[in-house]
Amino acid sequence: DQRIKKSCSDGMNAYMAYKVTTKTSLNLFNRNEFTVKRRFSDFLGLHSKLASKYLHIGYIVPPAPEKSIVGMTKVKVGKEDLSSAEFVEKRRSALERYLMRTVNHPALLKDPDVIQFLESTELPRAVSTQALSGAGILRMVNKAAEAVNKMTIKMNESDAWFEEKQQQFENLDVQLRKLHASVESLVCHRKELSVNTASFAKSAAMLGNSEDHTALSRALSQLAEVEEKIDQLHQEQAYADFYLFSELLGDYVRLITAGVFDHRMKTWSKWQDAQVMLQRKREAEAKLQYANKPDKLQQAKEEIKEWEAKVQQGERDFEQISKNIRREVGRFEKQRVKDFKVVIIKYLESLVHTQQQLIKYWEAFLPEAKAIA
Amino acid sequence: MMQEGLDDGPDFLSEEDRGPRAVNVDLQTDATLQVDISDALSERDKVKFTVHTKSTLPNFKQNEFSVVRQHEEFIWLHDSFVENEEYAGFIIPPAPPRPDFDASREKLQKLGEGEGSMTKEEFTKMKQELEAEYLAIFKKTVAMHEVFLCRVAAHPVLRKDLNFHVFLEYNQDLSVRGKNKKEKLEDFFKNVVKSADGVIVSGVKDVDDFFEHEKTFLLEYHNRVKDASAKSDRMIRSHKSAADDINRIASTLYTLGTQDSTDVCKFFLKVSELFEKTRKIEARVAADEDLKLADLLKYYLRESQAAKDLLYRRGRALVDYENANKALDKARAKNKDVLQAETTQQVCCQKFEKISESAKQELIDFKTRRVAAFRKNLVELAELELKHAKGNLQLLQSCLAVLKGDT
Repeated sequence: DQRIKKSCSDGMNAYMAYKVTTKTSLNLFNRNEFTVKRRFSDFLGLHSKLASKYLHIGYIVPPAPEKSIVGMTKVKVGKEDLSSAEFVEKRRSALERYLMRTVNHPALLKDPDVIQFLESTELPRAVSTQALSGAGILRMVNKAAEAVNKMTIKMNESDAWFEEKQQQFENLDVQLRKLHASVESLVCHRKELSVNTASFAKSAAMLGNSEDHTALSRALSQLAEVEEKIDQLHQEQAYADFYLFSELLGDYVRLITAGVFDHRMKTWSKWQDAQVMLQRKREAEAKLQYANKPDKLQQAKEEIKEWEAKVQQGERDFEQISKNIRREVGRFEKQRVKDFKVVIIKYLESLVHTQQQLIKYWEAFLPEAKAIA
Repeated sequence: MMQEGLDDGPDFLSEEDRGPRAVNVDLQTDATLQVDISDALSERDKVKFTVHTKSTLPNFKQNEFSVVRQHEEFIWLHDSFVENEEYAGFIIPPAPPRPDFDASREKLQKLGEGEGSMTKEEFTKMKQELEAEYLAIFKKTVAMHEVFLCRVAAHPVLRKDLNFHVFLEYNQDLSVRGKNKKEKLEDFFKNVVKSADGVIVSGVKDVDDFFEHEKTFLLEYHNRVKDASAKSDRMIRSHKSAADDINRIASTLYTLGTQDSTDVCKFFLKVSELFEKTRKIEARVAADEDLKLADLLKYYLRESQAAKDLLYRRGRALVDYENANKALDKARAKNKDVLQAETTQQVCCQKFEKISESAKQELIDFKTRRVAAFRKNLVELAELELKHAKGNLQLLQSCLAVLKGDT
């Protein structure tokens, strides 16, 4: 059982450090509970290491959170701005989700880089994290995918499973992006609603002040108070919309585009290339049989052996990555189902809470309105 | 009855609104004269209101009759009251605002143009929503025109006005063209002069405490109602936007649910269904807030302006009276044109006293009406908010029960 929590320490030396606390009963670690301090670039460094080790053999490596430069500079300058506090919380939450996903992956959990990240007090500074941000990885993967496509691979998909899965993932990606966009829009409008409700509340209070009929004046002031409370409610709901719903969707969109299928294609094409090469070498050897060049013939035979080995390796790699992907996708699906179910229920509960509060407020107001005589 | 191409959409407003629509005004239903708008027809660029009258008064040829009127004719009637010196001491019921379907029409047109680019379901959904919006605006404009007529009919003096009777009874077109550019410009300057005047006039300290208080009160109240009205509009618009987002989310969830082969597809479909229902409720909340709160504030914005206008007219009369006094003193001092000055002074005095007397009553009535209208609307607002919140809650809880039972 493992739990990772994070809290921020304030920006010291112009960067933000995050406290990573791990509670575990696993034997992998030296202690049961420990805390380390990590910077955002450390997370990116961890991700780049894991990506380079596991992506190409078909593991779905959780992508690192986005590096949003605008927000970061605001914090560095040290402005006590609502939006910068929001930004830090957004990032903290994203980093936490990232770590949780990583350690939930049974293979990644055992990875020495991960263990070191969680445990050791000092961590070597990750270099050149510019290119290693989530977006950077995405660019790299996309370039690779483009290159693969440019090689006009019409892969003989003997496995219907892969074809089906790929299509499913594509469809899922499209819909999740659409949903994500709508939820972001909702968050925005709810925040707007909260601001406008607060503004209206103030205005209603002013109106109540100038109303010269005492009972009506009081009722208007009460209305203003109700609206003020409601504005708070809207704000809280907007946060729930965001942290529960929107962020999860964003995470999944990024997970899907991690491009495991493209790596499989690359592996397949490497195998095919090796086969083509082998064929050429064999043809070359056959030709050399009739020329009288014993050295060259020997060399050709050696090259054939080399390429036979490469072909075998290519085939093994392809089978391995296919097997890994199958397993990973199965795990991903299970995780996805769990995640979504949990989040949807939590989100609905937040909506329930909002309605219950609304009922409370209006029930308190109604007698006040009726009391206007 | 709506434009060609639009069906009569689902009844969008709450049940309360189907009854007598004079929601902002506390009126006695008087058997001697009852006016309502029994029907309305929306055409390309105008709305035709069927004004229906029931009366036992001898002035009318029949006891029950109907005529068709357009917005400009209402304005003509209103302006005739304003320009009538006899009514200077009354709060003239504010004119209804011009029916404005431009925004709604534009949206419908855009939808028609974009029909090819969306699925049949999306198109039907959006069309229904826009039709409902159109219907809501339509109902509102009918209500506002009706309220104006009812106010006139309820006023002891205005209800006897000849123009009013012509308006109600004459079944031909009144041929009141809208003001042309020159006339609109003249109006504009009149208003400028009036407001400059208003500053001068209201600067005159009133001997009468009642009016002094009313002046200060109305000036402040009017400004604050204006502010509250604007802010409530903004709040309600945000609410509508949020409801629209929930609509889109529901659609996408539905698609996800149909595409998904795992367990979670049931979740998606159930939640999609839930959101379809809750967003309808959210839209109703916004619509009800619009009716009970925003419209109330807008109406009292116009009424408080009418009350201010009354105070202005009284102030003007007071200034005239005081000037006439001064002129009389001067004439007496010079012993020249004394009789003329005396008659002028008497006329001014009578005018001022007449206005003051009726103005006092009008302002008291205004307060009574205002308090009653606010009470009615605030109570109804709270009741509707509660109804919708409870509805929402029930939907959410039953959906949660199903989903939790599944896991």
